[in-house]
Amino acid sequence: MLAPLSWLKEYVDINMAAIPFADKMTMSGSKVEGVEVLGEGISGIVIGKILSIEPHPNAEKLTIVKVDIGEKTLQIVTGAKNISVGDYVPVATDGAKLPGGVEILKGELRGEVSEGMLCSQEELGIAKNVIPEASKDGIWIINEALTLGADAVEALEAKDEIVEFEITSNRPDCLSMIGMAREAAATIGGQLKYPEISLKESDEAIDPSFKVTIEDHEGCRRYVAKVIKDVVIKPSPLWMQARLRKVGIRPINNIVDITNYVMHEYGQPLHAFDMDYIEGNQIIVRIASEDSFKTLDDVERKLNDSMTMIADGKKALAIAGVMGGAESEVTAKTTTILLESANFVGDRIRATSKKLALRTEASAKFEKGIDPNLAIVAANRACQLIELLGAGRVLKGVVDTYPVVKEERQFDVRPERVNALLGIELSNEEMINILATLEIKSEMVAGKIRATIPTFRDDLQQEADFIEEVGRIFGFDNIPATMMRGRVAVGGKTNGQMIEEKTKDNLNAMGFNEILTYSFVSPKSVDKIRVPEESIKRNFVRLLNPLGDETSVMRTSLLPNLLEVLSRNQSRKVEEVRAFEIGSIFIPKSAEAVDLPYEISNLVLGLYGDNEDFFTLKGAVEGLLNKLGISDYYFEAEKHHTTFHPGRCANVILNGHILGTVGEIHPLVMENFDLHKKCYCAELDYGRIVMHTRVDKLYKQLPKYPAITRDFAVVVRDTVFVKELEDIIKENGGDLLESYKLFDVYQGNQIAEGHKSIAYTLTYRHKDRTLTDEEVSKVHETIVAEINQKLGGALRE
Amino acid sequence: MEAKLKELQQLAQQEIREAGASEVLEKVRVKYLGKKGELTEVLRGMGSLSAEERPLIGKVANEVRESIEEMLASAKNLIKEKELLARLSSESLDVTMPGKAPAVGKRHPLIQGMDELKEIFIGMGFRVAEGPEVETVYYNFDALNAPPNHPSRDMSDTFYINDNLILRTQTSPVQVRTMEKLKPPIRIISPGRCFRNDTPDATHSPMFHQLEGLVVDKGITLADLKGTLEVFAKHFLGEHTKIKFRPHNFPFTEPSAEVDASCFKCQGEGCSFCKGSGWVEMLGAGMVHPNVLRNCGIDPEVYSGFAFGMGIDRLVMMKYEIDDIRLLFENDMRFINQF
Repeated sequence: MLAPLSWLKEYVDINMAAIPFADKMTMSGSKVEGVEVLGEGISGIVIGKILSIEPHPNAEKLTIVKVDIGEKTLQIVTGAKNISVGDYVPVATDGAKLPGGVEILKGELRGEVSEGMLCSQEELGIAKNVIPEASKDGIWIINEALTLGADAVEALEAKDEIVEFEITSNRPDCLSMIGMAREAAATIGGQLKYPEISLKESDEAIDPSFKVTIEDHEGCRRYVAKVIKDVVIKPSPLWMQARLRKVGIRPINNIVDITNYVMHEYGQPLHAFDMDYIEGNQIIVRIASEDSFKTLDDVERKLNDSMTMIADGKKALAIAGVMGGAESEVTAKTTTILLESANFVGDRIRATSKKLALRTEASAKFEKGIDPNLAIVAANRACQLIELLGAGRVLKGVVDTYPVVKEERQFDVRPERVNALLGIELSNEEMINILATLEIKSEMVAGKIRATIPTFRDDLQQEADFIEEVGRIFGFDNIPATMMRGRVAVGGKTNGQMIEEKTKDNLNAMGFNEILTYSFVSPKSVDKIRVPEESIKRNFVRLLNPLGDETSVMRTSLLPNLLEVLSRNQSRKVEEVRAFEIGSIFIPKSAEAVDLPYEISNLVLGLYGDNEDFFTLKGAVEGLLNKLGISDYYFEAEKHHTTFHPGRCANVILNGHILGTVGEIHPLVMENFDLHKKCYCAELDYGRIVMHTRVDKLYKQLPKYPAITRDFAVVVRDTVFVKELEDIIKENGGDLLESYKLFDVYQGNQIAEGHKSIAYTLTYRHKDRTLTDEEVSKVHETIVAEINQKLGGALRE
Repeated sequence: MEAKLKELQQLAQQEIREAGASEVLEKVRVKYLGKKGELTEVLRGMGSLSAEERPLIGKVANEVRESIEEMLASAKNLIKEKELLARLSSESLDVTMPGKAPAVGKRHPLIQGMDELKEIFIGMGFRVAEGPEVETVYYNFDALNAPPNHPSRDMSDTFYINDNLILRTQTSPVQVRTMEKLKPPIRIISPGRCFRNDTPDATHSPMFHQLEGLVVDKGITLADLKGTLEVFAKHFLGEHTKIKFRPHNFPFTEPSAEVDASCFKCQGEGCSFCKGSGWVEMLGAGMVHPNVLRNCGIDPEVYSGFAFGMGIDRLVMMKYEIDDIRLLFENDMRFINQF
C-alpha cells in the first residue's frame, strides 16, 4: 500500500525523516517495501499564465508563446498543441532542472529566442498512468489560478515521500491512510487525529418513499445511501489530484475523485450512481438473476447466482463490491447522484471477483473484510467533501439499512501469560498503555486485562493475538535472547538418516556426484525408458493443475530424470559422468487416489565415460553394498528388462528378492534420450538396502599361518556363467578355502569355438597351523573335478 | 718381500683412486684381496719365510691388507654417494605438472547446505524428522490454522492431486505429524522438498527445499526463539552476524516474525547484495499458534512452543552467490564439481 508521508501527516505528527520512520514502522509490523522520493532534483519551475500564442515564422509545427511568470514575461517556443491563452502552466525557466538531470537553458529555436520550456506532467516526474486525460498528450494545464511565479513543485504538491507498506492479510484495517496513521501513532507515539466531519446539508430531504432493501444478507451487511442533487461535474482541486496521483490513482472528475479519495482515506469503497437512471425509486441488494451484465468498462460479464447485485425496481445497476454498470455510471451530464457506502461480505466478493476474473480496488478491499461501522463515516466524509468542493447539494438524511449492528467485543487477557510467552516482564499498566495506543481500551478486571476490541479489529480473537500486539509495539528488539531451559534434549539423526549419509559418503568416495531432480515428470518419461504397457510404473499419481505436461505426474522411477541429466551433460560435452540420486517414487495406493500414495525410496546410479563399462557400475554397486555390510546378494542375468541391453543387464538378488537392476542402457532408450555415449545405470530399492544394512563390525584376527595359493584354468562353453563356477568353488572349498579370485577369461586361439577359458586363483589357509600340500591338493582337486563333472569344464593344459 | 708388499699397496691405492664406479672398485678388490688376488698370492708365499721374518712380514702384510680394505671401504662410500646423487638428479620431476587426483564425488550443493543447517540444529538438541511429499490438505493447511480462503490454498499456488491430496507446500505437516505422535518436550527440524505452482525462472522453482524447526515444551518463550535463531545465524553466517525480528503474520504462529540477518557479504555496511539495507531476509518464525497445538492434541495452557522455517535454496544461493535457481536442478557436473 502506498502512503504519501504528507497525507499521513494530516492524521498524525511524524517528526522524523522518511527513512527512520519507515524503519520504525517495519519493526512494529508494517513492513516498508520502499520509500520513493518525488520531485527530487527539480528546480527552477514556476507557475506561468499564457498571454499569447503566435505562429513561428520559420517553423510550421512550432508556436511562440508569451508567458507571464509574475515578475516578468517570457517568450517560449513550443511544439505543444493543447494550450490556450489564459491557461496556467508549469514553466521551466533558464537554468531549470528536470528529473533525470535534464537542464533547461535559454536558447534559440529556428531563429526565435526561447527563454524556457512549458512542462508536461511526465516531465515533472509524474507516472504516465496517473496523468489525467486533459494533460495526457501535452502541457500540464493547471485548472486553478495559482500565484504566478510561484515554485511549481510546491504549488502542485509534486514533492513528497511515498512509503510503500506490505500489509499482511490479517490487517485489512491498515489498508487506508487512517489505518496506517493509527499504526504510526502507536509506533512512534502520538495522537491520531481523525478528520472532523460536519455536514451542512440542504433543507431538502431524501424522498421518504425511496427505499433500500437487502435481500441477500449473506452478501451484504449494510447499505448506506445518500443523495446529492445539482451535481456539477468538473475536475477536482489540485490538492486532491495530487494525493490521488501519489497513491496511483488517475484523477477523473470531482465525484469519482472524492469516492476514490475517501476509499484511500478510510478504506471504505464508495460508488456513485446516476440517480436518474434508477427506476422504481428503490435499491435492492440481491442475488444475480440475470445471465450477464455490462460493467462500466464496457465488457459484458457472465453472471451466476452466487453473485450479489445492486439493482433497482427493474434492472441490475452494479455487481456489488466489484464494479458498477456502464449505464448507471456518473457522466458529465449527471445531475443527481445516489452515493453508495455499503458493506459487502468478503468471501462473496472474493468468489465473485475470481469467477469474473475481475479484480478492482474496491473488490480487493472488500474481500479482505471491512468494518461495517465505517460505512456511515465514509458516506458522511464523502458528502462533506462534495460540499467543500461545491460539487453538489447533499440532501438531508440518509437511508441506512443495517440489520445486524456490529458491536464491540470484550476479551480478557492474562497479563502473566503475556509475559510468559514473550519472555519479558511488563507491568499490567504498561500492557494497558500499549493496547491503548492501538485504540484498544482496556482495564484490569479481577486480575485480567479486559480489552474492548474495536470493530475494525476482527483479527483479535485469542489471547495469543493480544500477546502479539503487546510484543510488537513493545518491540521484538527489546525482547531478550535467551536459551531454552528445561530438559536437555539429545539431538541427532535416525538410523535411516545415518545410513543415508553413509550411502552418500561411499558413493562420493567412488566418484559419484549427487544430483537432485524434480519429483514430478512427464507421463511420457516411462515411454522413453520403454516401460511395458501393463507395468505398475504406468499407474501415476497425477496432478490436477500441473505447470505443463512435462511435470504432470509424480515419478514412478528415478531413471528418466537420471538419463535426462546424463544426456544434458553429454550434450554439453562433459566427458565423464558418475551420478546418483536418492529420492522417492510414488505409487497410488488405490485407483481413486484418495489415500496418500506409497512413497518408496529409490537409489539410481548412472555413469558414462571412455573407460567405463558394465563392470565399473557393477563394481560400484558391489562396493556400496559391501560397505553397508550387505554380503549375501548375487547378480543374475536379466534379459527382459526393456530399459537395458538384454545381454548386459543383471538383477541384484538379496534374500530371494530383486533388490534392483544394473545394466547398459538399451540402444533404443539411448536414442530416446539423445545419448550417444554408452550409459550404465542401476536402479535399486533403497528402502530395502537400508533394511539390510549392518553397520556394526567385528574384528577378525589377522592370519598367523601362511597361505597356499593354487591356480587353475578350465575351458567351458561360453554360455556358462562365472557364478556357476564360483558356486561350485564355494560349495567344495570347505573351511580351508579362504578366498578365490577370477584372474583371466580368454577366448580365441587354442580355445574351441563357443568356449571360453576361465582362470582362478584360490587361496587356502588354516587359522591354527600351516597347511600341507597334500591337504590343499585334496580340496583343490575336488573343486576342479566337480567343475569338470557339472559344467563339462576341461582343465586347460 | 716387504718391498713387494709396499709396491702392491701403492698400486692398489692408485687403482682405487682411479676407480669411478662400484663395479670397477669390486674388480680392484678381487684383483688384490680375492682368493686369487695379488696380495693373497704374496701371503701364500709366506710359508717360505724364516721364523724370524714371518711375524715381521706378516705384520706388514696385515697392515697393507687393512689399508687396502680401508681405502676400498671409503672409496665405496664415496662412489655410492656419487651414484645416489646421480640417480636422484636423473630422477627429478617437473613437480609443477598437474597432480593425479582420485575422482571423488560431491554432494549436491543444496544438500551440502542442508547438511550444514542440520548439523547446527542437531548440535542444539534437535532431531531430524521426515514426512511424505504428497500430503493431505488437512496436514498441510487445516491443522496448521490456515484460513479456508487463504490464498496459499489456491490452485494457482498449490499443486493438487484431488480435493484431499496435494504436494506439500512446506514441511510443517511433518511438525503436525510429529506433535500427534510424540509428547513434549519436542525439538525437531524437518528438511525436505516442497512444491509451489511457480513457473521456473531465475528466482522461482516449482520444487524447492525448506527446513523448518519446532520446539514444544513447558515455558518456551519468544525470547528463547530469539536466542535459538541467534545461535543458528552465528553458526551459519558467521560469528558477527546480528539478527532482527520484524513482526509479521503467519497462520501457523502467533506472534509471528520475519527474521533478517545482518548481510554476511558486507557485515551490515550495505552493499549491492543486500540492496544497501545491510540486512538480508533469512526466515519466518513465531510462537506456535494455540489452535495448532490444540489440533495436535497438545494443551496450549500447559505447553508453548516456537517454530521457524527457511528456504534452503535461497540460503544456498545467497551463500554461494548462485544467481539462477534453475542451475540447482540442471545437474551439470561442472556445476556440482565446484562445491
